[in-house]
Amino acid sequence: MSDIIAYLPLILKGMLLTVEVALLSLLISVLLGMLGAVARLSKSRIARALAGMYTTIIRGIPDLVLMTLIFFGGQIIVNNIGEKMGWEYIDVSPFVAGVLTIGFIFGAYMAESFRGGILAVSHGEIEAGYAFGMNPTRVFFRITLPAMIRHALPSFGNNWLVLTKTTALISVIGLQDMVYNASNAGGSTRKPFTFYCVVAFLFLIITGISDIGLRRLNKRYSVGVRRE
Amino acid sequence: MTVPVEALKVESLHKSFGQIAVLKGISFEANEQDVISILGSSGSGKSTLLRCINLLETPTSGKVYVHGELINMREMTSGERKPVDRKQVERIRSKLAMVFQQFNLWAHMTVIQNVIEAPIHVLKLPKQEARERAERLLNRVGMYEHRNYYPAHLSGGQMQRTAIARALAMEPEMLLFDEPTSALDPELVGEVLKVMRSLAEEGRTMLVVTHEMGFAREVSSRVIFLDEGLVVEDGSPDSVFDNPRSDRFRQFLTGTLK
Repeated sequence: MSDIIAYLPLILKGMLLTVEVALLSLLISVLLGMLGAVARLSKSRIARALAGMYTTIIRGIPDLVLMTLIFFGGQIIVNNIGEKMGWEYIDVSPFVAGVLTIGFIFGAYMAESFRGGILAVSHGEIEAGYAFGMNPTRVFFRITLPAMIRHALPSFGNNWLVLTKTTALISVIGLQDMVYNASNAGGSTRKPFTFYCVVAFLFLIITGISDIGLRRLNKRYSVGVRRE
Repeated sequence: MTVPVEALKVESLHKSFGQIAVLKGISFEANEQDVISILGSSGSGKSTLLRCINLLETPTSGKVYVHGELINMREMTSGERKPVDRKQVERIRSKLAMVFQQFNLWAHMTVIQNVIEAPIHVLKLPKQEARERAERLLNRVGMYEHRNYYPAHLSGGQMQRTAIARALAMEPEMLLFDEPTSALDPELVGEVLKVMRSLAEEGRTMLVVTHEMGFAREVSSRVIFLDEGLVVEDGSPDSVFDNPRSDRFRQFLTGTLK
């Protein structure tokens, strides 16, 4: 017990990092997700093909493999380019690599969620928007998007929860999140089970709070929906 | 006697969906204050005709003039036709308000939000003015008490009356009704027809695709009967109903033409 108290500050510091990475990755994944969904549904064949490739590849390769690929591979590519350009050695920070990778991976999953959400929007309502003289941008932001959010919310929430848990992988590329710190603490005290339990508990707090937030969001966006 | 002003002119309108020709050359004019009922059996092309006027469907050929203004179309390399100027289409659409068979109210907005949405974002009306207009119109259609309700909590008749208020809020030059009562339970049809009747009596220009013979006969100033993509009857209700020129219409009236 005293071991836990001793290492707690370190682990909580790691938890802060975990949350930071999760939130930043979420931002990137939502942006990429919207772009991806719009591309998947666009009239341009090229856009559809590119977006399709993106989502297929990401969903087909394990996150861990992608993470190490981008971190180590990315480091090499950046240095090769840097050499040719005459730059100094650039260190790709694990933080940046971690956030970009997770954002990139979950961008694909979000794209699928948003695409499903957009497709579920009632075509009649969209048509009414056009019939009243709205331009396509206006129809998208005033009619399609709000309706889409309601449809996409459950699967969006799911993605967020999985994303949060996936941040545990950044410990593999050396980022001192709570999993990394717990691993060290467990090693030093020879009590890995204890510390992994603590981490598990802390993850439950994060996902528990998320769950409450998501349920509130769901309620707010379902305001106009008939209870069947 | 006032000189009738032309509100709409349709010239030789053709519309095909792939190989299937739905409109085979429709021509007619409508003046301001005309209330025109468009009748026809399923598949005759009446909804398609209405939707070609506000360009929800693109005519394969032919011309549409709204208050003398031609909607400019051009042919693409693929053979498809497209409007030349999207802004012209948007402007014209803002003057032709449509009421749909399936209501098509925006489900994430309340009744009053539905009615102020287009005036604010398309007509650029200040919010306060739009609200006042909306409240007046909702009162008119009998939906003022329900102004903060969501469409999901309304009956079909209430939704359609809201949709009519939404259309009126645009202060349109012409109202387009696409089978406004076809999706309603019989008990609710009456309340909607009552509102439409009062609009007609007010002198609004209305184009109504409908199956309601009573409305067509008693309220409209003109009746057009479409059969297989062509205008077969066009005249005052009395002349069309009492002395139809065509057998098709006779059959339609007696119910043998389905």
